[in-house]
Amino acid sequence: MDGVMSADIIVIILATGIRLATPFLLAALGEMFVQRSGVYNLGVEGIMMMGAFAGFYATLQLGTPLLGIAISLAIGALMGLIMAVVSVTFKAEQGISGIGLYMFGWGLSGLLFRLYVGGVTSIDGLKPIAIPLLSNIPIIGPVLFNHNGLVYTAFLLVPLSGLILYKTSWGLNVRAVGNKPEAADTLGVSVVRIRYECLILGGMLAALAGAFLTIGQANMYADNITAGRGFIAIALVYFGRWSPWGILLGSLLFSMADSFQSMVQVLGINFPYELAVILPYLVTIIALAISYGRVWAPAALGKPFQRGTRG
Amino acid sequence: MSSNYNGVFKQIMVLISALVGALLVGALFLLLAKSDPVKAYGVMFSGPFSDKFGITETLVRAVPLLLVGLGIVISFRSGIINIGAEGQILAGAIGATAVATSLPDLPAVMLLPLVFLAGATCGGLWGGIAGWLKARLSVNEILSTVMLNQIALQIYLFLIRGPLIDPKEVSYGTGVPQTALIPEHIWLSKLIPGTRIHSGLIFALLLAVLVYVFLWKTSSGYRMRAVGAGPEAARYAGIRVEWYLVLAMALAGGMAGLAGVVEVAGVHHRSLEGLSAGYGFSGIVAALFGRLHPLGTIPASVLFGALLVGADMMQRAVNIPAAMIMVIQGLVVLFVVSSDYFLQNPDFGARIKAKLFGEKADGEGGK
Repeated sequence: MDGVMSADIIVIILATGIRLATPFLLAALGEMFVQRSGVYNLGVEGIMMMGAFAGFYATLQLGTPLLGIAISLAIGALMGLIMAVVSVTFKAEQGISGIGLYMFGWGLSGLLFRLYVGGVTSIDGLKPIAIPLLSNIPIIGPVLFNHNGLVYTAFLLVPLSGLILYKTSWGLNVRAVGNKPEAADTLGVSVVRIRYECLILGGMLAALAGAFLTIGQANMYADNITAGRGFIAIALVYFGRWSPWGILLGSLLFSMADSFQSMVQVLGINFPYELAVILPYLVTIIALAISYGRVWAPAALGKPFQRGTRG
Repeated sequence: MSSNYNGVFKQIMVLISALVGALLVGALFLLLAKSDPVKAYGVMFSGPFSDKFGITETLVRAVPLLLVGLGIVISFRSGIINIGAEGQILAGAIGATAVATSLPDLPAVMLLPLVFLAGATCGGLWGGIAGWLKARLSVNEILSTVMLNQIALQIYLFLIRGPLIDPKEVSYGTGVPQTALIPEHIWLSKLIPGTRIHSGLIFALLLAVLVYVFLWKTSSGYRMRAVGAGPEAARYAGIRVEWYLVLAMALAGGMAGLAGVVEVAGVHHRSLEGLSAGYGFSGIVAALFGRLHPLGTIPASVLFGALLVGADMMQRAVNIPAAMIMVIQGLVVLFVVSSDYFLQNPDFGARIKAKLFGEKADGEGGK
């Protein structure tokens, strides 16, 4: 058995796990800001699909993944803006508007793919960047320091999100708006503006997560390439109790299990295929169930802000 | 929600505006794709109503939409959002197929009710899981139903590829993933010979009336709506909120399961790939468009049934992918949920005007 579980294989499992954590981290950190400001965006999956297609198509046409990323960020901002208009300005029921956004993004990415591309087309995606010196360290080097730029970005966003959320005045405003919107409003913080900003930021990060799937991993686009990852990312926000480090932990647990599972497949260890596919969804439900107890949730989550009538 | 004549008229106007708005935005994407929206929409709207085929196919599509939609009405009215109908349809279909193919010698009077019961039970259990998770462990039902959809799909595919595959597919070596045909004596009768429209339509219409009676004329229905209106107040009034959440999801899943049964017994006569065909999502749109009223969902299901048929025709006639219909449905949802705001704030138009003309508007918007 020790032949099968050699050090090489462990390195591959760990390195793949780090890479697979990227879309979860990006989308979940974005959703964390959104929910911290008091809004659910359940349309993350639809935004991811649009980001995946936009990044793929721009890279295909313009020849450089960096422009693909830029365009996918812009599309994500636009999708976030749509959600903000519907959920914040028109105070729509957020669960249902999220489903609307999901269906819209799902349909539109499929429509545009069939109209403009049609079949399987591969692109030159992002190349791994080996960090000098660090990538030469045995085991740790290949696991942590030989990935493409989006992987590093996602992991750097974890401490950065923490800094923004807890150490800047904007972060303070976000938390205030999500917990006590009336008080924030009294103090002159625009609830509407903060929520718009968070939804746009969340949209950009969700689209980036999608772009990672096409530009940073598959180097192609396929229908349903997101495979529910947008919804799983939302679940990770609950599991991570609305904190960047909790989200990091959840994303890694998830992606490492996924990586291990695919290695089991590759090595031909007898494990039913259907069960392997079901596993992440099952684990998500279990993760949600053990996140029981909502004391950590932003107090005003899901409640549209209605300024009280003035005397 | 006011039920007077004026209120109904206003709601219909708002719904029409929402649909028109969605179509206009959709037209922008068609223009971007250098397609002619007038021609495309022309086919989409005239096709389903131009001949017997179009009209009957519209009704064939409306049946599962209505059944799913009725479940959505029950769950949304009880304050629980079910987007698991796709999985519940599959659970119902495979349960019905398994019973029907294993008891082929039973007379129709016994087998048909048994098949319906099996489908409703499987769908209901699948939906009930999400209800229980919500009630006991406060698991967000939108997320759990999405996950349950994926799980149901994999189990369904496993069953029609393996244990329940048509023995003929194995002996001929073709291996198409589908079950054996269900016994012919329980196929739902055709309403019009030579078309696909079947008696499931009548069943669905009767069920719509039943759901209406249940929600508005029974005490259980009243309690469920009370839970939807405000769980805290309902709890204070002594209503067992948890129980009604589970019941609502089980009933919603049961309705979706029946949609699966009707697709098997009325249309395909077996379980096969792609059986749910997006009805789980289109049913949500139909229910929302029917203002979450069981009777309002009837015309809404026919409308969206027509749009689904029309989108297929559009794909064949002017080469616009049928994915277009998903875009329009998503937009309809966004417009409809936004429109509540206009219904509740009649002065909104005046406020926009005030803002446009630079006056200090009363309300949000900041400095």
